[in-house]
Amino acid sequence: MAFSIGKSSISPFGQGIRDALPFVLVIIPFGVVFGVVATEAGLNVFEALTFSVVVIAGAAQFTALQLMVDNTPTVIVLISALAVNLRMAMYSAALTPHIGMAPLWQRALIAYFTIDQSFACADVAYQKHRDWGLDQKLRYFAGVIVPICPLWYLATVIGAWAGESIPDSWALDFAVPITFLAIVAPALRSLPHMAAALISVVLALTFAFLPYNLGLLIAAIAAMLVGARLELILNRRAGAAA
Amino acid sequence: MNALSQTTAHIDRTTLWTVIILLGLGSFGLRFMFTGLVGNRAMPEWVLRHLRYTSVAVLPGLIASAVFFPTATGGVPDPARLIAAATTIAIGVTTRNVLWAIVGGAGSLYLALYLLG
Repeated sequence: MAFSIGKSSISPFGQGIRDALPFVLVIIPFGVVFGVVATEAGLNVFEALTFSVVVIAGAAQFTALQLMVDNTPTVIVLISALAVNLRMAMYSAALTPHIGMAPLWQRALIAYFTIDQSFACADVAYQKHRDWGLDQKLRYFAGVIVPICPLWYLATVIGAWAGESIPDSWALDFAVPITFLAIVAPALRSLPHMAAALISVVLALTFAFLPYNLGLLIAAIAAMLVGARLELILNRRAGAAA
Repeated sequence: MNALSQTTAHIDRTTLWTVIILLGLGSFGLRFMFTGLVGNRAMPEWVLRHLRYTSVAVLPGLIASAVFFPTATGGVPDPARLIAAATTIAIGVTTRNVLWAIVGGAGSLYLALYLLG
């Protein structure tokens, strides 16, 4: 998705690696920040690493950690962090038409590795390469995972080791917003996509006061409804004009 | 997601491990919900149409408050971060290239922090 070199000779696995490379720039600061925050919360290196390996979802990890520091009841911690991860169910649904034919153990592996970056790459690539079969789609997904996920674990360890010696002036907090904006911007290719993104932002801010990150859920569902509805209306209009 | 706590608190170990394990299982469950259980059964067109908007519906909302009300500046809108966000979007839309958008966004953030800071 990132590079438009246009070489069709490259394998889906190689293409996956190539598309994932920009995210390496992001996964490292993101993981380091998690390691640092985990250390500040009193976790040791092993605990921070286990957190990243078992949960493998940055936003949910930050949410859970912050709430635990605030002495929130465990049930609320879990509900809030899982609400942040509800988008993974949407990703799972969106991947199913493409990789649903794979054997169960492969689908389980893909489920574990379904993160924002792997989904974003696969979503774009699968819509672009409609001729790809199951095998090529799986190879592409594996290619995306290879440079990203091991670095997520490694960066967590580095952050936990470095601890609080990383200065605030590095503004690592903004690595995540920049990545997600960079993922989304090229996908704003039609009016329905732009409308969905706008609704998502406006409603997420409007409902930010709701507990357990329910605001994001409302915003995401409304944005999907608006995008799909607008696509239908525009298609009908184009059909009527033709 | 960027809520850095200043206090070095002590988290109860039982709570910590309960959260790590249950959150891990729950997250896997969410990720496996459709790929694992729906499998190769065909999904209707109206469902697929909604799923095409998954990333543009989730990601902007996920980072909206971090862009407009960053925790690092105490929830006060920060010109440098707003400039960086606008630059990232502008480069991403025009070049359709994720890497350039990230590099441009990070570059503009540091430049703006240096000039405005």
